[in-house]
Amino acid sequence: MIEHLVPRILAKLLIPFILLFGLYVQFHGDFGPGGGFQAGVIFAAGIILYALIYGLDRARRVITPGLVAFLVALGLLIYAGVGVATLLLGAEFLNYGALDSHDPVHGQHLGILIIEFGVGTTVAAVMITIFYQFAGRLQITRELESDETDDEDGEEEEMTGSPQ
Amino acid sequence: MMEWLGQFNYYVFAILMMAGIYVAMSRGNLVKKVVGLNIFQASVFLLYISSGKIWGGTAPILGDGLTQPISNPLPHVLILTAIVVGVATTSIGLALIVRIKEAYGTVEEDEIAEAEALYEEELIRAEEAEA
Amino acid sequence: MSTAANAGFSLMANLPALQVVVPMIAAPICTFLRFRNGPWAFALLVSAATFWISVNLLMQVLGSGDISYEMGGWPPPFGIEYRVDTINAFVLLIVSGVSLITLPYALRSVEREVPRDKHHLFYAAWLLCLCGMLGITITGDAFNIFVFLEISSLSTYMLLASGRDPRALTAAFQYLVLGTLGATFILIGVGLLYIMTGTLNIIDLAERLGPVSDTTSVRAAAAFLTVGIALKFALFPAHFWLPNGYAYSPSAVGVFLSATATKVSIYVLLRFQFTIFGDIPAFAELDFATLLLPFAIMAFLVGSTVAIFQTDLKRLLAWSSIAQIGYMVAGIGLGGVDGLTAGIVHLFNHAVTKAALFMAAGAIFLRVGSMHIDKLAGIGKTMPFTTLAFVLAGLSLIGVPTTVGFISKWYLILAALQHGVTGYAIAALVLASSLLAVIYVWRIVEVAYFREPTANREVTEAPLSMLLPLWALTIGCFYFGLETGYSVDIARAAAQSLLGVTP
Repeated sequence: MIEHLVPRILAKLLIPFILLFGLYVQFHGDFGPGGGFQAGVIFAAGIILYALIYGLDRARRVITPGLVAFLVALGLLIYAGVGVATLLLGAEFLNYGALDSHDPVHGQHLGILIIEFGVGTTVAAVMITIFYQFAGRLQITRELESDETDDEDGEEEEMTGSPQ
Repeated sequence: MMEWLGQFNYYVFAILMMAGIYVAMSRGNLVKKVVGLNIFQASVFLLYISSGKIWGGTAPILGDGLTQPISNPLPHVLILTAIVVGVATTSIGLALIVRIKEAYGTVEEDEIAEAEALYEEELIRAEEAEA
Repeated sequence: MSTAANAGFSLMANLPALQVVVPMIAAPICTFLRFRNGPWAFALLVSAATFWISVNLLMQVLGSGDISYEMGGWPPPFGIEYRVDTINAFVLLIVSGVSLITLPYALRSVEREVPRDKHHLFYAAWLLCLCGMLGITITGDAFNIFVFLEISSLSTYMLLASGRDPRALTAAFQYLVLGTLGATFILIGVGLLYIMTGTLNIIDLAERLGPVSDTTSVRAAAAFLTVGIALKFALFPAHFWLPNGYAYSPSAVGVFLSATATKVSIYVLLRFQFTIFGDIPAFAELDFATLLLPFAIMAFLVGSTVAIFQTDLKRLLAWSSIAQIGYMVAGIGLGGVDGLTAGIVHLFNHAVTKAALFMAAGAIFLRVGSMHIDKLAGIGKTMPFTTLAFVLAGLSLIGVPTTVGFISKWYLILAALQHGVTGYAIAALVLASSLLAVIYVWRIVEVAYFREPTANREVTEAPLSMLLPLWALTIGCFYFGLETGYSVDIARAAAQSLLGVTP
């Protein structure tokens, strides 16, 4: 009899739906309550549930800390990238109307969709990073104590949470 | 009397605000301070959102034209930002607490003060040993 | 809302947005640069670009008046507006200038004090802090001030805790609790103003506040705002976080923050007090700026006195900062064009002086390894250039004629003398605290020059990358003290524009 059988099976059933719901909330922000922040947190909650049930190591193999750190930066760059794109198209910063020169309203729609996606990516990645850092702290300190020199870069980052 | 009931949210805001500040200032345990800050910030969210509600107003979503009065959406947006700021502050506070725990072995303020005094004495002793 | 323009990209027209966007984009890119000195070089490049932008903005404002930039193309009361006037542009120049001159210094200092594998995160936090402070200064929307304030504060907590000293962690935590309290008070104040007027744009708030100003809500909003901002710039009773925070953090962080963070918060005070609550008759009798005057006087007296008894060099400088902040707020509290000019010119002068002093302290820490005053015996002989720079900047702190410190105190006393008998008393207290400053600067001089160096540690002169910025700032202390045209004229213009007085 595997340990924690019931939570494991329920998690396996529910996590895909949680992630899907997160994406739903993300892209339906202009028709109902939703948007980037909420979606990011829901998405991260799905991943954290997986880490809680199946263990931090397996979660780390699925979503590597390096990937997550990259996503944190990527989301912010998507947001700012839209702003720079509108600058280059000749309008003010973040004037989404400029994105579609024939129909400003459609440009607004497109702009908001993209920036909310950037926000959702960053928020989800930050939440997952925070969880990895806190949950994996014991392991990190053991590893830091066991190596004399800390020349490993990339894997364990003591990033104390990033302000979004 | 009806006015008092209508302003109920604002009384709750005031009480929570003072409770949060009190916890943040008076409790010696660092985690409790962070919790107090959270309560304080939550009270501010209540203030903003209560101010945006209009009686008879529905959710501020633009369907096919405006048929009903809608509640003011701006406070909601402001509070989303403030909530994220609160989450970031809490996470940095907790990360600092984890590192303080590793450095000093405790999260109680008075014990940390003693440990810091010991650390400084050892630092001075180490420097004098060099001299 | 303007339609999509066909004009193409204009660099000059979009400078206000780029001022904030350039460091904001640079910060996540900095986290990707893991190779040796990559983050530092990138941060230096970005700081240079930001400085260039702020110089351009200042030139534009001095030449053709206030600049207004609509974010997202939405016109002002509906959208966020970036508004640059004289005081704004001046503070932008100070912040970006300090960052630019500190980064060459930071190369060696950060290498020594921050673990190598955290450098990409350290410089990313530096850029975010820079972005936050520039954003606070340039925005014309009250809630946007809160958002950028929190961006810069959160980055500051990270920067303070990034060194190796465990005492920095408790200091950063204490700053976190007090800073969050302050920022949330500001949030409450802005919320109350929004509830009463329905707008967040600063100019619009000033216009709409008139009719509703005699209500408890607006008075409560003013109170919350003042206390919140006072927590952020360490005004006297709320100053506890500053000494520990600056003493145990990495030296470059001490230089950067001591010269910028409090200045920006004082700018926020000016903006709220004079632009928003300026012409309100309800505040004519007792306005909050005057209410802060006793605290400011206590600040410069208590700060200077406690500094005399410190044994750690950086803590001594931090307590001296608390005193200097008292001078700035005293100038603002005295009011009138002269008082405000004194306060604003001291923003610039103190930034130059304190940055030089903290740079010298950091260079000494790099070579000697300790900040305890007794350990600094004889550095006048072993580190002649650094110590000489420290002493010269210390003269500026005291306010010796020909230094920038003298200019600030001169204008402060001029402003005080316009207020009758209490003014004479205030001027006397300013002079008394300058004498106290002589005492704590003399302590360092005595230890550095009149004691023999302890024989065991090999102490050499600081590296060139640290000496050059240090001496640039020290020469600046004297240059801007003699050639006062730049700082004082701009400060006077800023004071006049804040008070709405036509020159």
